[in-house]
Amino acid sequence: RTMKYTTTTGRNITKILIANRGEIACRVIRTAKKMGVQSVAVYSEADRNSMHVDMADEAYSIGPAPSQQSYLSMEKIIQVAKISAAQAIHPGYGFLSENMEFAELCKQEGIIFVGPPSSAIRDMGIKSTSKSIMAAAGVPVIEGYHGEDQSTQCLKEHAGRIGYPVMIKAVRGGGGKGMRIVRSEKEFQEQLESARREAKKSFNDDAMLIEKFVDTPRHVEVQVFGDHHGNAVYLFERDCSVQRRHQKIIEEAPAPGIKPEVRRKLGEAAVRAAKAVNYVGAGTVEFIMDAKHNFFFMEMNTRLQVEHPVTEMITGTDLVEWQLRIAAGEKIPLSQEEIPLQGHAFEARIYAEDPDNNFMPGAGPLVHLSSPQPDLSTRIETGVRQGDEVSVHYDPMIAKLVVWAADRQAALSKLRYSLLQYNIVGLRTNIDFLLRLSSHPDFEAGNVHTDFITQHHKDLLPAGRATAKESLCQAALGLILKEKAMTDAFKLQTQDQFSPFSISSGRRLNIFYTRNITLKDGKNDVTIAVTYNPDGSYSMQIEDKTFQVLGDLHSEGDCTYLKCSVNGVASKAKLVILDNTIYLFSMEGRTEIDIPVPKYLSSVSAEGIQGVGAIAPMTGTIEKHTIKAPKNGTIKKVFYREGSQANRHTPLVEFEEEEADKGKSQ
Amino acid sequence: AQRPRLHAAARRLRSYHGDAVASLATRLDSDSALYRENYEQMKALVTQLHERAQYIRLGGSEKARARHTARGKLLPRERIDNLIDPGSPFLELSQFAGYQLYGNEEVPAGGIITGIGRVSGVECMIVANDATVKGGTYYPITVKKHVRAQEIALQNRLPCIYLVDSGGANLPRQADTFPDRDHFGRIFYNQAIMSSKNITQIAVVMGSCTAGGAYVPAMADENIIVRKQGTIFLAGPPLVKAATGEEVSAEDLGGADLHCRKSGVTDHYALDDHHALHLTRKVVRSLNYHKKLDVTVEPSEEPLFPADELYGIVGANLKRSFDVREVIARIVDGSRFNEFKALYGDTLVTGFARIFGYPVGIIGNNGVLFSESAKKGAHFIQLCCQRNTPLLFLQNITGFMVGKEYEAEGIAKDGAKMVAAVACAKVPKITVIIGGSYGAGNYGMCGRAYSPRFLYMWPNARISVMGGEQAATVLATVTRDIKAREGKQFSSAEEANLKEPIIKRFEEEGNPYYSSARLWDDGIIDPVDTRLVLGLSISAALNAPIQKTDFGIMRM
Repeated sequence: RTMKYTTTTGRNITKILIANRGEIACRVIRTAKKMGVQSVAVYSEADRNSMHVDMADEAYSIGPAPSQQSYLSMEKIIQVAKISAAQAIHPGYGFLSENMEFAELCKQEGIIFVGPPSSAIRDMGIKSTSKSIMAAAGVPVIEGYHGEDQSTQCLKEHAGRIGYPVMIKAVRGGGGKGMRIVRSEKEFQEQLESARREAKKSFNDDAMLIEKFVDTPRHVEVQVFGDHHGNAVYLFERDCSVQRRHQKIIEEAPAPGIKPEVRRKLGEAAVRAAKAVNYVGAGTVEFIMDAKHNFFFMEMNTRLQVEHPVTEMITGTDLVEWQLRIAAGEKIPLSQEEIPLQGHAFEARIYAEDPDNNFMPGAGPLVHLSSPQPDLSTRIETGVRQGDEVSVHYDPMIAKLVVWAADRQAALSKLRYSLLQYNIVGLRTNIDFLLRLSSHPDFEAGNVHTDFITQHHKDLLPAGRATAKESLCQAALGLILKEKAMTDAFKLQTQDQFSPFSISSGRRLNIFYTRNITLKDGKNDVTIAVTYNPDGSYSMQIEDKTFQVLGDLHSEGDCTYLKCSVNGVASKAKLVILDNTIYLFSMEGRTEIDIPVPKYLSSVSAEGIQGVGAIAPMTGTIEKHTIKAPKNGTIKKVFYREGSQANRHTPLVEFEEEEADKGKSQ
Repeated sequence: AQRPRLHAAARRLRSYHGDAVASLATRLDSDSALYRENYEQMKALVTQLHERAQYIRLGGSEKARARHTARGKLLPRERIDNLIDPGSPFLELSQFAGYQLYGNEEVPAGGIITGIGRVSGVECMIVANDATVKGGTYYPITVKKHVRAQEIALQNRLPCIYLVDSGGANLPRQADTFPDRDHFGRIFYNQAIMSSKNITQIAVVMGSCTAGGAYVPAMADENIIVRKQGTIFLAGPPLVKAATGEEVSAEDLGGADLHCRKSGVTDHYALDDHHALHLTRKVVRSLNYHKKLDVTVEPSEEPLFPADELYGIVGANLKRSFDVREVIARIVDGSRFNEFKALYGDTLVTGFARIFGYPVGIIGNNGVLFSESAKKGAHFIQLCCQRNTPLLFLQNITGFMVGKEYEAEGIAKDGAKMVAAVACAKVPKITVIIGGSYGAGNYGMCGRAYSPRFLYMWPNARISVMGGEQAATVLATVTRDIKAREGKQFSSAEEANLKEPIIKRFEEEGNPYYSSARLWDDGIIDPVDTRLVLGLSISAALNAPIQKTDFGIMRM
């Protein structure tokens, strides 16, 4: 253990530290296990009981929840590596994965950093440097003019050189201010003046830059690998165009509609890029691609990407294994010609977020979590289990669902089918959104680009529609059968198990029992008149329609299924009832129905909504969000200090009770 | 009717192969004309029963109901539905109380709904006034029904929940509701007595509780009042004004705020009916009550034969006889009947079975009672009392055998043995009149006078001292004899004229609706529901510990 290493390559790795958490830590540990490499996990206090800690052979606490004091603490991680005698550190993605200093520190401490040399990280970390290196290496870069000469003549000349359409951007611009798209030379003068006026007004500076404008661009990236022996290969491209909040949400490989020669050109350009910086290990070269499949270098990510599994699926490789082998000094396992491209793969990222609320990240417990059965062509990459918590401290990604099939259409069908079986209760997720996205005809046709979500906003985020009456019947039945299960559980505790009083038959003498069940479908109360029939079925009347409903609950694994027939149409849905909400998951999708809570059972009144005003800006993991007050009122008490973390559904402030409420809550 | 296929016997306790109790085999020809005729006739009676019940279920007039619900109040049946455990059964009692009892005045269900249901897992007697029926005022039959419900609660030790919404005694009929022993005052007497015996009394004030009615919540162990709905006072605002000139609103005089904050007459303050029922369920939960069974239970099993075959077996014609074992086979668990003394006194069928897993000793009639049958019955009752086994009487009896030979044999003393045994038996007794109930047969088979815990009638049943036909014949004979003594003729036309109104009157007064309207029974039930009703009744009855029976002197 006290052995000193003089070199960081050419060594057999028998123990590896994973300086990360969540699904990527689990992912790396899985490959390590497969290769017979011992794994060392590190964890923050918030992750004490998390999956990656359970999976690893050893695990070390590295500090409190905030990542600054744990997963980003280089000293602590290096210290754990030394204590545990790990020869290498896999940084995963995020955290320290693209931290030049950390890579450097590892080298100094004689620990293998599973990643590129620090110089490559540095070069690729600075946009302008990376662009010039790439241009020199013959990689197409987006053309532009960033010069001092601001004369109209000069700018116009450059625009002509770059080729229309071009974009005029205020150097100090932002938020679209002082930005114009110019489609032809004719418009140039006019648009430039307009941009200058706006920039002057907004930033008191009218300096402009000119860039090639790529209309509805695609985001296409190439997976590359380099080794210590000067070799570099590409493992084809991924299309990650569909994004929200500038973050990828659904990725696929290969990119749809790309001809083999473009694919080859892309790959070769990426290999040139890698070689230009003597790249070692896994990297991704990101390109922007226009409608004519012209592509331009954007940036290079010097780490294993979140979406690497789609590449693995179409090439039949294990990229983490490649990383470890290359880090150990081996050559790239396959030559360029030996790397196959088979079929098509999709990855959908399942996030704790609220698509209806501008994709606001969420956190909270995964009260119910069930996923499709993994198999050779279906992968569930996750770092959480049912009962775990999505912490406010870290990225709100719950899982990556990766599917593979022989062609794109088949893979897409499989993706949708699998998404339908991915069911989560406890926090808001984007699963429904992913389903609508993957079912959109334009997505199906492969017409993807970075503005996809904005362009199809209406289709992808439709206003809440009324739930089908049949589904309401199912929800009501689910509720009734859960009650019944509760009664059954109660009677088993008693000595008097077979009394017909404990049979939830709703029997009355000579008459039928009809009860009104009120459910909340979105904002609307729906009353269902449920009549208990002597044969055990139910007649449910909603408005003027009556349904004959019959069914029972049964368990598979730890899921409860509602098997049910509504007017003779049989269906099977996963049923979860949490607090005051009924969730049904079936092949028709997810149904969420609330059970209204009587006033005497709810502590907070929602009456008297008059207007809304922002009360607290919230800092999410990535962006800032503003939480709005549900009503006007006087704030009595604030439960959280600025900068502290709050979970979903926690009261943030307390309002002064109004007179009207007071009388009612006595 | 379709036969279910013989299913494998459910998992049972101590079900060694050799111990299996033989199931009753049925000798039923469901394709016969007789069966089909019977079926149609009984079906028609059941349909009529359901239609009448459906009407009674509505309660008061549409206007009265609309006025009631407009005030944010739940209808009494809705209150019960929301009080009992969700989806659990409710054993309603005396649904036809007051049926056609007061001429043109309709008093559906007697203006009060009573029955047994589970509240927070505890079987409770629920008594709910129906304010949509004459303002919830007490008719004589209302009082009788209320007191009967209390009697059942007392006998079976069921906590009582009174959902009070009543204007008090019906003043025009005060003479029949106020003075006598079993009149209005008995309600409060019963509350005090039951409370003293640790049978919880809970009152929920959901409307007015005026005058005597004020004592229902006041005498309860724990009570709840609904704000702006419930009021309690000894004298209402009009009477106060008349007496003292003081002008006061009902709410200020006896509303929830007054009684919860100031007077302490009420304990819990409810925002509305739903809240009140929610609080009631919580109160029951806090009773710390635990039902202790004095009997063994076995897993419940459905009978092997469909219950609706009872229609075709029994029919509506009391002159047609049927084997009571066919009835038993459609009521008891797995159709298993362990018959006692099968070869002796065979006009009375006795034996052990289980209903919803509870043990029962069944006594059923297969004809007129002879000395042997009566002695066998008395013996069997002794067995059941010795063994803490509830008794079920399936009553279809014309009476004891008459005639010189039988009198000489001492049928009077043998009949007396059975009557005495029935009277003294302290195990829960439940009677279902499935056919005729005539004469001393009614006594031997545990008629109303013998205090069965519950007594139900099938819609085909008839109850009277003797059949109308026989009564008319007796009277005709007497008349003929008188006329003969006077030397007068008694023509057959005269005889017919004499007999017809008697037969008609007996038919009317022996009718189950006539009986149920007067609370001579606890309800008319669909034969198909017999098993369920019995299961519920036994379950309720077993809340009281089974007392040891002391039999009196039996004339040997």
